[in-house]
Amino acid sequence: MQTRLLRGLFALMAMLLGSWAQADWTLNMPKGVTDISQEVYGLHMLTFWVCVIIGIIVFGVMFYAMFKHRKSKGAVSANFHESTKVELAWTLIPAVVIFAIGVKATYTLADMYNTDDSELTVEITGYQWKWRYRYLNDDPNAEVSFFSNLATSRDEINNRLDKNENYLLEVDEPLVLPVDQKVRFVLTAADVIHSWWVPQLGVKKDAIPGIANEAWTIINETGTYRGQCTELCGKDHGFMPVVVEAVPQEEFDTWLAGKQEEARKLAELTEKDWTMDELMERGRQAYQTTCAACHGQNGEGAGFPALAGSAIATGPVEDHIDIVVNGVNGTAMQAFGAQLSEVDIAAIITYERNAWGNNVGDMVTPVDILNYNAGQ
Amino acid sequence: MTTATHDHDHAHHGPAKGITRWLYTTNHKDIGTMYLWFSFAMFLLGGTFAMVIRAELFQPGLQLVQPEFFNQMTTMHGLIMVFGAVMPAFVGLANWMIPMMIGAPDMALPRMNNLSFWILPFAFAMLASTLFMEGGAPNFGWTFYAPLSTTYAPPSVTFFIFAVHIMGASSIMGAINIVATILNMRAPGMTLMRMPLFVWTWLITAYLLIAVMPVLAGVVTMMLMDIHFGTAFFNAAGGGSPVLFQHVFWFFGHPEVYIMILPAFGIVSAIIPAFARKQLFGYSSMVYATASIAFLSFIVWAHHMFTVGIPFLGEAFFMWATMLIAVPTGVKVFNWVTTMFRGSMTFETPMLFAVCFVVLFTIGGFSGLMLAVAPADFQYHDTYFVVAHFHYVLVPGAVFSIMAAVYYWLPKWSGKMYNETLGKVHFWLSFVGVNVLFFPQHFLGLAGMPRRIPDYALQFADFNMISSIGGFLFGASQLLFLYIVVHTIVAGKPAKAKPWDGAEGLEWSVPSPAPYHTFETPPDIDKAPQLDRKEP
Repeated sequence: MQTRLLRGLFALMAMLLGSWAQADWTLNMPKGVTDISQEVYGLHMLTFWVCVIIGIIVFGVMFYAMFKHRKSKGAVSANFHESTKVELAWTLIPAVVIFAIGVKATYTLADMYNTDDSELTVEITGYQWKWRYRYLNDDPNAEVSFFSNLATSRDEINNRLDKNENYLLEVDEPLVLPVDQKVRFVLTAADVIHSWWVPQLGVKKDAIPGIANEAWTIINETGTYRGQCTELCGKDHGFMPVVVEAVPQEEFDTWLAGKQEEARKLAELTEKDWTMDELMERGRQAYQTTCAACHGQNGEGAGFPALAGSAIATGPVEDHIDIVVNGVNGTAMQAFGAQLSEVDIAAIITYERNAWGNNVGDMVTPVDILNYNAGQ
Repeated sequence: MTTATHDHDHAHHGPAKGITRWLYTTNHKDIGTMYLWFSFAMFLLGGTFAMVIRAELFQPGLQLVQPEFFNQMTTMHGLIMVFGAVMPAFVGLANWMIPMMIGAPDMALPRMNNLSFWILPFAFAMLASTLFMEGGAPNFGWTFYAPLSTTYAPPSVTFFIFAVHIMGASSIMGAINIVATILNMRAPGMTLMRMPLFVWTWLITAYLLIAVMPVLAGVVTMMLMDIHFGTAFFNAAGGGSPVLFQHVFWFFGHPEVYIMILPAFGIVSAIIPAFARKQLFGYSSMVYATASIAFLSFIVWAHHMFTVGIPFLGEAFFMWATMLIAVPTGVKVFNWVTTMFRGSMTFETPMLFAVCFVVLFTIGGFSGLMLAVAPADFQYHDTYFVVAHFHYVLVPGAVFSIMAAVYYWLPKWSGKMYNETLGKVHFWLSFVGVNVLFFPQHFLGLAGMPRRIPDYALQFADFNMISSIGGFLFGASQLLFLYIVVHTIVAGKPAKAKPWDGAEGLEWSVPSPAPYHTFETPPDIDKAPQLDRKEP
């Protein structure tokens, strides 16, 4: 009986220890993969140890007094209540220590502000609740631009599916950057303030509407680096991760060329003759990525207007195109004309007009959207 | 003339009966009591919101609330704790204690005192009512950055703006009253440099309030104009700037931080000498350090904005100025420790809270120094490291000092002693709870968890669960605090006029409970046995 109890106890302990050992107990800041992030780590540790030493001295004296100078141990209080020398010392010594930290920090700060001599510039625009990356290029036809959306499924978030390893830190399309090259970021936002952060790069900068901020990085190692938006930007602030894929130069060049090819193909796609089924299928996917967060997976609209049976989705097609392309001023409904391709806008509108029992029956093609934009 | 005044025939000046006593009162003690109860009610309300936050963050995934509501909870928690719990508690303590500490019969402007309290419940009723409005309560964080709080705000933002206006008016009136009282109503012989530090810190705090509450009123008025009258102060599309909002807000916001901690310094500077039975070390350096901190608080605001993209020189200036604050703050901590050194200490509940304040506030100060280092702040900014930092200075800092003050002066207010065992149990539960709650948040922030998110990546799961458990413990412990205070008032044992043998100050020269009117004739400071402090 006793042995069984003991064995059970051991099994329980092993289980607890097991889960304890598996758990992630990261205590400190990552050193990161850039010179700057490593310098920052050094500064962080320097300040930390200075604090620890001060703490040991101050709390040491304090706890010594708390144990020794107790009334219950017969301590009689002394009479001193000031000392110019001591007071001067504990004003000046901390000032010197702080000065030392400040000098080191100022050098690092100057480094972080030096965006000169970059070889590649990426424009980062924050949207509610996704990032757009644009690789600036003198030739407008060779400019690559895409959105990076959260890839974690709503089912995982709502606990209907097991969460995967990169839960909430995965995107449909990461920012691809070359290693060993100075990359300059230009940051701005389309609606509210966002903040772009990748801890491993030591880069965090606010993306503010109407303002172009700058930052830079040189990544030393290839790999996938994950971060998040760090400025409260509304409902899905917690659901707009940043993923950076750092690759060797050649791989980056191949990737960029491929993206430029894709951009050309998309232009061709706009001209293509679409069938209803093709549009509905593409629309369903695009709707899930772009619209479902507010309007619900089935157009039921949690907190935001429902689309199933709505006046817009079942009314005149021009109104429907207008609201999707131009948005509604002062609300969370953005102007998607600037964000999505004509193909996706046409597909989404077609899908919204024919899904969830709306069954209007009409079809909007990418060319319709092109014509609408041209007429605006 | 003795300092005690209870033997006068003042029956016709006693409190009125029933509800009108509280509605019409101009008595500093009644108003102080109302402030303190109001602040405790808000502490429980704001605490309830915090429990919702910690419950949602107990595990990854969305379980209890949706992100919209989560954002309302973080916003309301912050607003109510700052403006409803901490600030009114200090004003309540000021009302009760400042006249008694300086030998004044009441506050200088008693009717305004009544007004400044009675508009507060309306402000917070208005703020709380937004939870039931269409579109929900404010959801843009207690710092309400534009344009999230203007163009993209729920309709209830207008109610929020007016609530802030009323709170601001209340604070300004309270501050004017405190300045007028301290400067004009000190008993003969109570020179400025003989005032207890609580009076000093409040005098400086009151000036901070008068300086920055109008700035807060200004920034919310600009929001109101942007939302309803077509201006574009903070709207980039109309030529304004969202960054302007942050500059104006933090010009208020940083001194506000010191508004919430300077009176705490005063309280701790009263309690530690009392229980160490030894005079406060470095009285005059304490006064100068407080004044320096107050001055510096006006020139460090942009350290809240290191990632906003201010130019290099600006960034460097704000970093250096911020690091400088560590010097006068260090002086204070060294003074408290030296006061304890070679004292004759006992550890009743007020002393436990005060000692805990010194240790944990210092830890909050350490993380503050780390945050001041701008390059490192790029990694800390808007993560749980910041959340841990300001909760360390505000909860075991400001809130613990208020609890210390309640235990220390409750015998004077109520004439009854609290139960020492229960007080110690409350302290230890709160101490363990607060550390389990906030210490792991340092690790979460360093590992990369942003603040104000309802759901998080899996590597943050363990520390979040621990933090939540600490949160529930800390929250539940405060119900014990409520019980202890009520039990003391209803059934406590009678307290002596001076229940702490090492306590100093005029408040201990009047009986317990303090009579409705005290010091109608000024006390003779030089003959008061408790005030043997020499002129420095």
